[in-house]
Amino acid sequence: MANTTEASMQALPARKRRLSLSPLNQRRWTNFKRNRRAYWSLWIFLTLFVLSLFAEFLANDKPILVSYRGELRMPIFNFYSEQAFGGDFPTEAEYKDIEVKCLIETGGLEDCFFEPEDLIAAANAGTLEAEGFEKGWLLWPPIPYSYNTIVDIPGVAPSAPDENNWLGTDDTKRDVVARVIHGFRLSILFTIIVTSVASVIGIIAGAVQGYFGGWVDLTFQRLLEIWGSTPSIYVIIILFAILGRSFWLLVFLTILFGWPALVGLVRAEFLRARNLEYVRAAKALGVRDRTIMFRHMLPNAMVATVTMLPFIITGTIATLASLDFLGFGLPSSAPSLGEMTLQAKQNLQAPWLGFTAFFTFAIMLSLLVFIFEGVRDAFDPRKTFS
Amino acid sequence: MTRLLDVKDLTVDFRQDGQTVHAVRGVSFHVDEGETVALVGESGSGKSVSALSTVQLLGDSAKVGGSIQYRSDQMVGASEAKLQKVRGNDISFIFQEPMTSLNPLHTIEKQLGESIELHQGLRGAKVRARIIELLNQVGIRDPEDRLTSYPHQLSGGQRQRVMIAMALANGPELLIADEPTTALDVTIQAQILDLLADLKRDLKMSLLFITHDLTIVRKIADRVCVMKDGEIVETGPTAEIFANPQHPYTRMLLEAESVGLPDPVREGAPVVAEAQNLKIWFPIQAGLLRRTVGYVKAVNDASFQIRAGETVGVVGESGSGKTTLALAMMRLISSEGRIVFLGKDIQGFRDRQMRPLRSDMQIVFQDPYGSLSPRMTVEQIIAEGLTIHGTAAGKNPREMVADIMREVGLDPALMDRYPHEFSGGQRQRIAIARAMILRPKLVVLDEPTSALDMTVQVQIVDLLRDLQRRHQLAYLFISHDLKVVRALSHKVMVMKRGDVVETGAAEAVFERPETDYTRELMAAAFE
Repeated sequence: MANTTEASMQALPARKRRLSLSPLNQRRWTNFKRNRRAYWSLWIFLTLFVLSLFAEFLANDKPILVSYRGELRMPIFNFYSEQAFGGDFPTEAEYKDIEVKCLIETGGLEDCFFEPEDLIAAANAGTLEAEGFEKGWLLWPPIPYSYNTIVDIPGVAPSAPDENNWLGTDDTKRDVVARVIHGFRLSILFTIIVTSVASVIGIIAGAVQGYFGGWVDLTFQRLLEIWGSTPSIYVIIILFAILGRSFWLLVFLTILFGWPALVGLVRAEFLRARNLEYVRAAKALGVRDRTIMFRHMLPNAMVATVTMLPFIITGTIATLASLDFLGFGLPSSAPSLGEMTLQAKQNLQAPWLGFTAFFTFAIMLSLLVFIFEGVRDAFDPRKTFS
Repeated sequence: MTRLLDVKDLTVDFRQDGQTVHAVRGVSFHVDEGETVALVGESGSGKSVSALSTVQLLGDSAKVGGSIQYRSDQMVGASEAKLQKVRGNDISFIFQEPMTSLNPLHTIEKQLGESIELHQGLRGAKVRARIIELLNQVGIRDPEDRLTSYPHQLSGGQRQRVMIAMALANGPELLIADEPTTALDVTIQAQILDLLADLKRDLKMSLLFITHDLTIVRKIADRVCVMKDGEIVETGPTAEIFANPQHPYTRMLLEAESVGLPDPVREGAPVVAEAQNLKIWFPIQAGLLRRTVGYVKAVNDASFQIRAGETVGVVGESGSGKTTLALAMMRLISSEGRIVFLGKDIQGFRDRQMRPLRSDMQIVFQDPYGSLSPRMTVEQIIAEGLTIHGTAAGKNPREMVADIMREVGLDPALMDRYPHEFSGGQRQRIAIARAMILRPKLVVLDEPTSALDMTVQVQIVDLLRDLQRRHQLAYLFISHDLKVVRALSHKVMVMKRGDVVETGAAEAVFERPETDYTRELMAAAFE
């Protein structure tokens, strides 16, 4: 082992730490890359996730960019009333209306309220000659619906896929593609927030229990047992009834009942590690308990933690989906994949809902499982130290 | 004499992550009927791998080449069924660690019976009779009562005897013993070696003995093969090798014995640490209300004094309370009695009060693999004490780490590496550097050399002596290896089951031991 790294070490006498990965992490990264499935899953997932972060630019009922009388406006970020485009109402402009479209493209001509189609045609053909005319344009996102836009088409809801609504609409005539994009982002963000906060709390709690042991451990364990046997779903229903449904309340409640997941594992790792000689050596040096816990012991408990993370992450996604499916989750207007599954169940005549929900979950969860499978293998000490 | 095992040009390669490690390269040796052959070498020399490959026990990542002839059968590339017949039947194994080689959930009778039933087809009372016969053979007293014992109810030596009984169960022709005495105390070691020699003679077996310990080889082997880096560098009859070693490596191994004596303590050297009537009793609790029904007396009434520049050696077999005593001196576990350190009675000091004193008392542990945090670089490990106790004036931590690394004989250029990239001896030097960087007055050395190869042990002993001379350090040196203790200690304390049985100046204890127990220890170690 020493000989193989000799050459590379001498080539870098003053290695920059912090900035570059430690050799151990470099080896892990190499191991991860060697798992092709995990590596590609990571890239596909990152692409989807980054795209979904810009969901407002992908699926929105407002244009991304508007040029009105030579002035560039971004309706996604700013409020513009119809009056700002030369119309009558002080409310937000309905960019989908043909009249508003005409106002923007012609520079606010009064005639737009009477014969908008003709004016737009003339403006585009360049034959329009009227006082105050100035050519304008709108840049629409690829999917011109937001997750809560009611699509204005004839027929019963849910309507089948067509050239406007690629995956059809749901039972309140909202575009399914738009809801999937926004719902994917919501699921992932929810999971990231819940998992990271719950893990931090769980690790700290487990570390304290395992490190101090004895009465601290005993008391904590009993508290955890009581806490773990609380029927969380009733608490969620009750609190939602009192405080009203909201994303952040759900985040808070999921963390409240989710943090014990890691405690047992971290506790066991710390119980094992607290009598190891390097911990004793640190105590002999007079190192503080806190430092021993988080500098000496935690890094070694991390491997076990990382092995657990995929279960926690997929579990959190499933929690959100099942709450929504049962109707106890997010507000009904929110773009929720669980709610789509519920609609699919209620509208078996509209299979596009079921298929969309199924494939979204299947792809999302598979990608995550593949990625974390790779992460787990990369952290495997036998592979690392071989 | 007929040739029993004939190994020719044996090569073993391990393949992992696209890299090939040549563990054994072109080894040839043979074992004749009724002969004892020893494979000797330091860790990593390929001696165990060579032995395990004889019946293909190495696992899938190993690639074995060459030829291994057992009587008339070729073992390399033999079918699993054929190997199965040879393993445990014609060729048996004894391993190093008797605790992990026995299943903790089965009784002795069940473990021994299994293999007898499988290979010999005996049933019922006959099996039991055979087991008792075997246990008698390996020298276990009252074998009838021992049948229902579980491994944890036996001592280390008894467990190793049971392992030997298991190996003998089917009357093997060749017994391969892989460091069978390394995990045992010296007095037990001697007993096990005698047992093996007797059994070999009585049962007319051949013995292939693997060890790193040359004293054992001298006692037991007819022929010796010295291995280094996967090759046999020298082979010949034991007497000849010991009298007239040809290869420089063999000579180095033979000379690798800690010799010399420590420098005498200076006149009027101040007392650094003192223990009076130190007592560490662990309560045994039982029943629903956890009432204390008795005590495990780990250390009973120990008193001693260490002066600057002086080494107090603590010797004793495993379980005698040596390490517990050391941890109590460091105030890492609670104890009763007076502990005086640098003139202060530190018994009962709180963590906060102890912290400033910690820089003056340091400890070096036995296992250089376990005592270094695997996720920290060497610099971080060594410099950790500085972050608590501060650096010397006008120096940054990195310089101080470099200085101390030079002092303990490590290249400072290696300070950004991780512990697993170092060898055992280098790791022990790192552990010593971590203790020494704070310039302590008292260093507790808990078996610092016992996990190391002989040649490395000598270097570490030299280093410790050198550091003591230069900094007038007081050592509390704990070891079961009397040779090392003799090379380092001014005073010696002999412990047995928590009691101090003998104490005095090193010379006196070594030359004129007063108690039987000490005499027994000396005999096992020096003869």
